[in-house]
Amino acid sequence: MPRRRDRYQNRIELLQGTLDLLILQTLQWGPRHGYGIAVAIQANSSDALQVDTGSLYPALHRLEKQKWIAATWELSPNKQRTRVYRLTAAGRRQLASERSRWQALVDAMSRILSRPQETE
Amino acid sequence: MSNRDDDLRDELRSHLDMATADRVSRGEPPREAAAHARRELGNVGQIQEAARDVWGGRWILHALQDVRYARRDFRRNPGFAIVAILSLTLGIGATTALFEVIAAVRLRPLPIADPGGLYEIRLASMEGSRGNFESWYPTVTQPIWRELSARQQAFSLFAWSSADAAFDLSEGGETRRINGIWVTGGFFDTLGLHPARGRLLTPADDQRGCAPRAVLGHGFWQRAYGGDPAIAGRMLTVRGRQIEIVGVAPAAFHGLEVGRSFDVALPLCAEAVLSADGKGRADSGTTWWLSVFGRLKPGWTIDRATSHLAAISPDMFKTLLPAGYPATSVEKYLAMTMTAVPGGKGLSQLREAYASPLWLLLAIASLVLVIACTNLANLLLARASAREREIAVRLGLGASRGRVIRQLLTESLLLAATGTALAVLLAGMLGRWLVAALETTGTPITLPLAVDWRVLGFAALLAVATCLLFGLVPALRGTRVMASSVLRATTPGASAGRQTVALRRALVVVQIALSVALLFGSLLFARTLRNVLTLDPGFRAQGLVVAEIDSSRLRLPPKSRLAHRQLVIERVRSIPGLAGAASVAVVPLSGSSSRNDVWPERDRSAKFNTLMNWVGPGYFAVAGVPFTAGRDVDARDTPGSTAVVVVVNELFAAKLGGAAAAIGRRVAREANPGNPEQTYEIVGVVKDSAYTAVKDDPYPTMYFAASQWSVGQSLQLMVRSSLPAAATTSAITGALATLDRRISVRYSIVTAMIRDMLVQERVLAALSSGFGVLAAVLTVVGLYGLVAYSVARRSTEIGVRMALGATRRNILRLVLREVGVLLAIGAAAGCLLALSAGRAAASLLFRVTPYDPAALAGAVAAMAIVAVLASYVPARRATRIEPFDALRME
Repeated sequence: MPRRRDRYQNRIELLQGTLDLLILQTLQWGPRHGYGIAVAIQANSSDALQVDTGSLYPALHRLEKQKWIAATWELSPNKQRTRVYRLTAAGRRQLASERSRWQALVDAMSRILSRPQETE
Repeated sequence: MSNRDDDLRDELRSHLDMATADRVSRGEPPREAAAHARRELGNVGQIQEAARDVWGGRWILHALQDVRYARRDFRRNPGFAIVAILSLTLGIGATTALFEVIAAVRLRPLPIADPGGLYEIRLASMEGSRGNFESWYPTVTQPIWRELSARQQAFSLFAWSSADAAFDLSEGGETRRINGIWVTGGFFDTLGLHPARGRLLTPADDQRGCAPRAVLGHGFWQRAYGGDPAIAGRMLTVRGRQIEIVGVAPAAFHGLEVGRSFDVALPLCAEAVLSADGKGRADSGTTWWLSVFGRLKPGWTIDRATSHLAAISPDMFKTLLPAGYPATSVEKYLAMTMTAVPGGKGLSQLREAYASPLWLLLAIASLVLVIACTNLANLLLARASAREREIAVRLGLGASRGRVIRQLLTESLLLAATGTALAVLLAGMLGRWLVAALETTGTPITLPLAVDWRVLGFAALLAVATCLLFGLVPALRGTRVMASSVLRATTPGASAGRQTVALRRALVVVQIALSVALLFGSLLFARTLRNVLTLDPGFRAQGLVVAEIDSSRLRLPPKSRLAHRQLVIERVRSIPGLAGAASVAVVPLSGSSSRNDVWPERDRSAKFNTLMNWVGPGYFAVAGVPFTAGRDVDARDTPGSTAVVVVVNELFAAKLGGAAAAIGRRVAREANPGNPEQTYEIVGVVKDSAYTAVKDDPYPTMYFAASQWSVGQSLQLMVRSSLPAAATTSAITGALATLDRRISVRYSIVTAMIRDMLVQERVLAALSSGFGVLAAVLTVVGLYGLVAYSVARRSTEIGVRMALGATRRNILRLVLREVGVLLAIGAAAGCLLALSAGRAAASLLFRVTPYDPAALAGAVAAMAIVAVLASYVPARRATRIEPFDALRME
């Protein structure tokens, strides 16, 4: 399915930086499973951001491969096997640097966007 | 991999469960909640694939998938797979076998420590050397060896030789010979070898007048002593002397001569001790028999060492010049220099003799492989046309072109890999067969044909190259289809582009061209073989046996040797069924030779070179060499006669004005270290006959009466017999035993000697015709496939033509014309190829020019015949097409 897959990959790339940052940020408050992360992002953004499962799991695997997060299988309170992700020390460092980069980007963007419109 | 897949599946399931549970707790009805959650989750397969992408390694999964797919496909079409694998196996197998043999004789270093650091120290040119040469490899005399090792400082040297080192282990009767080598004390140590048992020889074992000790070759120890672990201390009888065995050489080490394995190594000092006169060659300045090797001493570079050798040479040879050295060669002797060349691969007569035939055969085998690949490319193109619907469907369903190409290439690679695996097995058998074919009577070849990294690498390289060669173009071509047009078309293959057809024609043209060139080559070698087989050696070889009779164990005093010799000859002659026996010093075709310059007496300016031989009365009658004029040597010719007589051949006589004029003339022979200048009287002239080799042109030859010359302890008898060879030899052995049981004898059958001399021609003719036929068969398959395909493709057109009134003859001509065009182009290209390739083979041909028109015409004709036969069957099928059926298919 070449064409559809291409579009799909593009979307990941578009979201990549931000989704990774959001996941790391969410895990800062403690280990969570995939669904929990999706729900947390949605809730913390007051439903403004809807996380696509199709991007979430590849992103989790990507972060795991980078060793920024680690995963273990645990039993949930209702006796269900769930895969729980935890931030690693490297992940914590990565989060800090991602955050400052993001902050720099936001500052720059807002400086440009808040400038009065020049008249021709 | 799959573990991670399972994990992800579980993880997604738990995600789904939790999402559903959440929705239910928010008040949604369970069924709707589940459906919503699933929709929200999206395509699980896609997620899994994306996650796999993250971890990489997806291509492995795809490759496995492709291999499974290809295997399933081959099982459905076993015919195609079998033809493909078989032709690849033959092509790659033959090529790899030749490479294996080449690797063994040419590329592989000796199994010694640091072979790269071993150098052969030899004369830069042997031009100045005169005397007796007993080895095919470059040698020096023993005085040169002594002087060289005393003067040079650059190398740790040793010398060795296999000359005159075939020892007879029998106590009498028919000989049991083993291969010996003479080695100096530093031999084993410098090579860095360790004993398999006991110890090896050291400098202490190699002192003048030594009590000889022996080291056994590993193979001989196994064969003759059953690998006796307590071998050290046992005795071996060599030339009537008890010699103590001190140890066994390592198993991998066969000596410095690749292909010839040694059975026993004796110290150099033993040569003199074991010789009949007790002096041997130790002080002979004209017996060239020692080969010198060495390793650089610490602190020396090879450049410095080479100039060191060159620097010490002039003074060394000035000191060494033997007294009575032939005047014409003194200047060249003094100008000789020693030099060092890399010696890590040892010496090899096989390498010298068969290097170019082997490379040529490798080239031929590779061409056959190319033809096989072309065939496969053609088959795959045909398959791609047949499968274009399948491919179009897969492309239409969204498979990327790269993915489909990869899958088609996987099929090719699977074929190539299977073919190569089988080919490596085949190559081992072919290689052993080839080595066995090169073996001659009495000279076994020990050549370890190991499948090492070189051979495997070579085969793998071939596999990949062939796969790309036959697989890539069809894969690229096959995937370049317009899905819509293919799916709309009704006749399979009907939409195949004109380009594909043109490509298939071009491939067949290439096959025809290569086949014509290969057939031409095989015809050249077949003619060469016929030419050498029909050569007249000048004597009647059938029924001739040479008996080498050794009476040295009798320890006869010199004065009774002549009488003993007469007795032996009489005894052999009296055997019933023997037509005659006569002594001969140099057995024709044995490879040894003796030659000198001669001139008509008092006319030194008419000097020419002649071969020499010493024969007993009746020799020419026994050998079947007719007299042209004069008489044979006979009882009149004794040491006391006034004249030393000679019989000469016609070529010799021609230098003196013909046979009649030569009788009674006197000729003088130059002085040499053994003899002063002498004059002889010609008493007879015989027809020319072969001396060293059947292939040699006739050469002036002079035969002395053996009775006028001093007598040694061994006698070579030329025997003519009407009995089978085995009966002749056992009768002679029996007759000699009645005389004395200690006499030993060794036989050579002259027809076998001739056959052995023609090994190269035989092998080249056999292999090149085998390859030629294989090439032709492969081409027939290719051509048949093409014509059948083209008939199928044009069946509608043919139907229309026939409906419009074309006769079967017209149709037959239509199809055969296409073949004719391909054949004409292919044959023309093949002729050009053949003529340029023929030059490369020129040195291996005999009395055939590399441009031989008859061979060229034969090759083209053979190709034309098989091409017409191959296309006739499908062409006939074309004439059977029913117009109605053909048109209905539209």
